[in-house]
Amino acid sequence: MAEFFASAFWTGFLWPLIVMLAQSVLLLVVLLIAIAYILLADRKIWAAVQIRRGPNVVGPWGLLQSFADLLKFVLKEPIIPAGANKGVFLLAPLVTCVLALAAWAVVPVNPNWVIADINVGVLYIFAISSLSVYGIIMAGWASNSKYPFLAALRSAAQMVSYEVSIGFVIITVLLCAGTLNLSQLVAAQDTKYGALGWYWLPLFPMFVIFYVSALAETNRPPFDLVEAESELVAGFMVEYSSTPYLLFMLGEYVAIVTMCALATILFMGGWLPPIPYAPFTWVPGIVWFALKVLFFFFLIAMAKAIVPRYRYDQLMRLGWKVFLPMSLAMVVIVAAVLQFTGLAAK
Amino acid sequence: MDGILQSYLPLVVFVGVAAIIGVVLLIAPFIVAYQQPDPEKLSAYECGFNAFDDARMKFDVRFYLVAILFIIFDLEVAFLFPWAVAFGKLGATGFWSMMVFLGVLTVGFAYEWKKGALEWD
Repeated sequence: MAEFFASAFWTGFLWPLIVMLAQSVLLLVVLLIAIAYILLADRKIWAAVQIRRGPNVVGPWGLLQSFADLLKFVLKEPIIPAGANKGVFLLAPLVTCVLALAAWAVVPVNPNWVIADINVGVLYIFAISSLSVYGIIMAGWASNSKYPFLAALRSAAQMVSYEVSIGFVIITVLLCAGTLNLSQLVAAQDTKYGALGWYWLPLFPMFVIFYVSALAETNRPPFDLVEAESELVAGFMVEYSSTPYLLFMLGEYVAIVTMCALATILFMGGWLPPIPYAPFTWVPGIVWFALKVLFFFFLIAMAKAIVPRYRYDQLMRLGWKVFLPMSLAMVVIVAAVLQFTGLAAK
Repeated sequence: MDGILQSYLPLVVFVGVAAIIGVVLLIAPFIVAYQQPDPEKLSAYECGFNAFDDARMKFDVRFYLVAILFIIFDLEVAFLFPWAVAFGKLGATGFWSMMVFLGVLTVGFAYEWKKGALEWD
């Protein structure tokens, strides 16, 4: 036994693998529990704006509501429509959920607290969020029903439209930071000015565009034309029930929180304290990270509660005729400013 | 473990664990939940009548246009990524050559706009 633990196989391969597995399970469990409460917070905020109580029966102040929902979903009868393509129909929610979770492998929540510290982290998240269109297209097509089909078309067009402006927004941040690694992106914002040195201030127009595009990209109200219960009843999820539906729901909320985390890292200094001096620097970085993510999520939840839904042509006009030219112009402006002032990251 | 494996193996492990959670959730109700299918329950959700035709119908060509525009601009973004990362080291040549590239794309974008490819009404 002793020589096994000293062997190259153990020290060089098996032990690191076990550590990776443990880290992955830990992050996923924490993330999913956080999502359960973020979902509850979303419903509570929405209720508070409308002067309702929101979920308040299961557990104290409804704190166990999400877990009761999970149990209910697992015990519901799963229905696969007779006309559906069964394989693709069941694969779609799985793809949506797993892709949404996969983005978290590169998100640093604290210095060195990251599953995979790859040097193309931003590109990876960008790629994963592009792929998430597939889950919706597959669901819409495989359901073989009219509402899901129309919703999938709308959704695909909407998501790819806003993907482009998110891409340009990310480019401006990369121009300032000069790295694709998410940890180094945060480190690049670590100045003695604290919150005023983060990129939200110099790139404020891009921060706003990112926020609105994140709403559209994750199909949140006011851009939830994919679900649009008054016209498409529930969009591409109409035919889904039980946990396949739960996986879509989960994927959607994970994607929203990923966008919040991305905004935190790109514009709000990740785990850095807002004031880089004594009492604030004692607080662990992960607390700041969580607070910033929750702040951004609060903004998104408030948008759902107070903004009426867009019309589809308005949505496409905003994406292609306002955000795209604006963000393209900002890429040129930021590059020119960095070029002619000599501030570019070497 | 070295280099590339060190960086990317955790990614594979993480996605694997996420996939396991997803699969377990997906198959759980098929094992534990009560199931009694009947033809009405399994019919496509519509208005109460049987569907007249196949749901996979013809759709507006503008969705194709959006997809094509997306490919152009997303490729452009992918092209900008390495340029943005190396921006500080490229100097004036790198800056001006990318400005020319963006100028050419802007001309194409203006043409699409004039042609009405971005109209939705």
